[in-house]
Amino acid sequence: MKKIRLMQGNEACVEGAIAAGCRFYAGYPITPSTEIAEGCAVRMPQVGGHFIQMEDEIAGCAAAVGASAAGVKSMTATSGPGFSLKQENLGYACITEIPFVLVDVQRAGPSTGLPTSPSQGDVMQAKWGTHGDHPVIAIAPSSVEECYRKCVRCFNLAEKYRTPVIFLMDEIVGHLRESIEIPEESELEIINRSCPEDPTHTAPAYSCKKGELVPCMAPFGSGERYNITGLIHGEDGFPTNSTKTADAQVKRLIAKIEENLDDILEWEEDMPEDAETCIVCYGGTARSVYSAVEEMRNAGEKVGFFRPITVWPFPVEKMTEISKKVKKVVVVEHNNGQLVLEVERVIKNNCALDFLGKVNGTVITPDEVIAKVKEG
Amino acid sequence: MSKMEIRLAGTGGQGLITGTIILAEAGIFENKFVAQSQSYGPEARGGMCKGEVIISDDKIGFTKVTKPTFVMALSQLSFKKYCHDLDEDCFVLVDESIEVPADYNHKKFMKLPILQTAREVVGKMQTVNIVSIGAINKILGFSSAENMEKAVLMHVPKGTEELNLKALAEGAKLVK
Repeated sequence: MKKIRLMQGNEACVEGAIAAGCRFYAGYPITPSTEIAEGCAVRMPQVGGHFIQMEDEIAGCAAAVGASAAGVKSMTATSGPGFSLKQENLGYACITEIPFVLVDVQRAGPSTGLPTSPSQGDVMQAKWGTHGDHPVIAIAPSSVEECYRKCVRCFNLAEKYRTPVIFLMDEIVGHLRESIEIPEESELEIINRSCPEDPTHTAPAYSCKKGELVPCMAPFGSGERYNITGLIHGEDGFPTNSTKTADAQVKRLIAKIEENLDDILEWEEDMPEDAETCIVCYGGTARSVYSAVEEMRNAGEKVGFFRPITVWPFPVEKMTEISKKVKKVVVVEHNNGQLVLEVERVIKNNCALDFLGKVNGTVITPDEVIAKVKEG
Repeated sequence: MSKMEIRLAGTGGQGLITGTIILAEAGIFENKFVAQSQSYGPEARGGMCKGEVIISDDKIGFTKVTKPTFVMALSQLSFKKYCHDLDEDCFVLVDESIEVPADYNHKKFMKLPILQTAREVVGKMQTVNIVSIGAINKILGFSSAENMEKAVLMHVPKGTEELNLKALAEGAKLVK
């Protein structure tokens, strides 16, 4: 018996997190992500987990990182202004290799901007918001169903690669209600971080087995003692000024993502062989593009779309391949031009490039997409 | 292919967002694809407020209402904002209390005493959204009465079930 339910995107994110094994939520509520905090406040205690509302977003992020260090899958959720505040601890989780999921339900900015209006203005912040060279995985859902399933994926990738994963939602999908089929437990793949079989093992916490890039360490407080610091550290976790260690550590953090792109990258594409135009979109914006593409095809236009689900790392190879087949790429996003910069970098002069953005707080309509594509 | 784009507009507090959620819920019971969204923000707390729902036989791309097939307005302001420049096939339902200018000539147009029915017949102003839904389903007929009742019961507070089922029935009765 299929379980079909009417659910809001934010609610589906909560259910996805729980299905993935998340049992700790800390945060500070902010529109348009508040229903995630509300949902976790109700649901976490029901599944034996914990919910805590902290004094601000910084503390919310720190608590989630702390809980995960102790071995519990953790999440925090916020929107633009809070996303800015969480950047410090996001970087801390990158270098300490503590997995957790940071949900950002984007709203129009800058600053407190338009709290209830859709935006995708944080896509570059997701990549570069925290300082220093660091690994980034960011995933953008386009439907309520994906708010559930891709949230599970966020946890899986976080656990597998011991890195924070950003779930880059937006107001469009966060506040949308759709029918969703709740997957059976057996249908979902759930990945848990690797921990030493013997908690009293003697291998240093941050050492990697030969040929591996992700350390296998016991939850903090169990097994061997180790140190956790945001400073560059050796295998035992203690700070060091060694240039050799610094180089190796930063490069390994990035390599554990870059060398596993086949596993991490995911996209949806609908590019017929004869397509002359490719519309690039992600997140809630895809919904405008789906309708636009359908209407244009019905009118005989040769058009398709490419939707990165994993926005960071950007699917460079796939985008390059598409750009060599089409005459034009049109990037559509709810900002003043962010991911288009990455697309421009990737496609070079393989084809023409156009851009449709919006920053007035309203949703890009299919008609606007069609008008932009037809502009020539 | 059938696709209904429904917009309910009125004053914050009338429960119209819940109204669109109930319509979406009933749509699911009828094996349709649905997408429900709303205007959020200060205007939803006493000012103008709108809820939208798309109910379709096919998968839904764009989730917002662009070419409404049904609009209901329960306040003068929402009538002014949402009941003009519509396709001629769009059905417009307004409350009896709304002053409609003499030159308003939309063809598919109906006026019903929705607010009055909630206040005087059902006896509780808070049921205005359920009275509305009763009338709307009678007009659109996309859901069986049973499924609509089931959907209503999923979204009303405990202890108010009977009152709301009465509101639903009274709403349906308004449409002759």
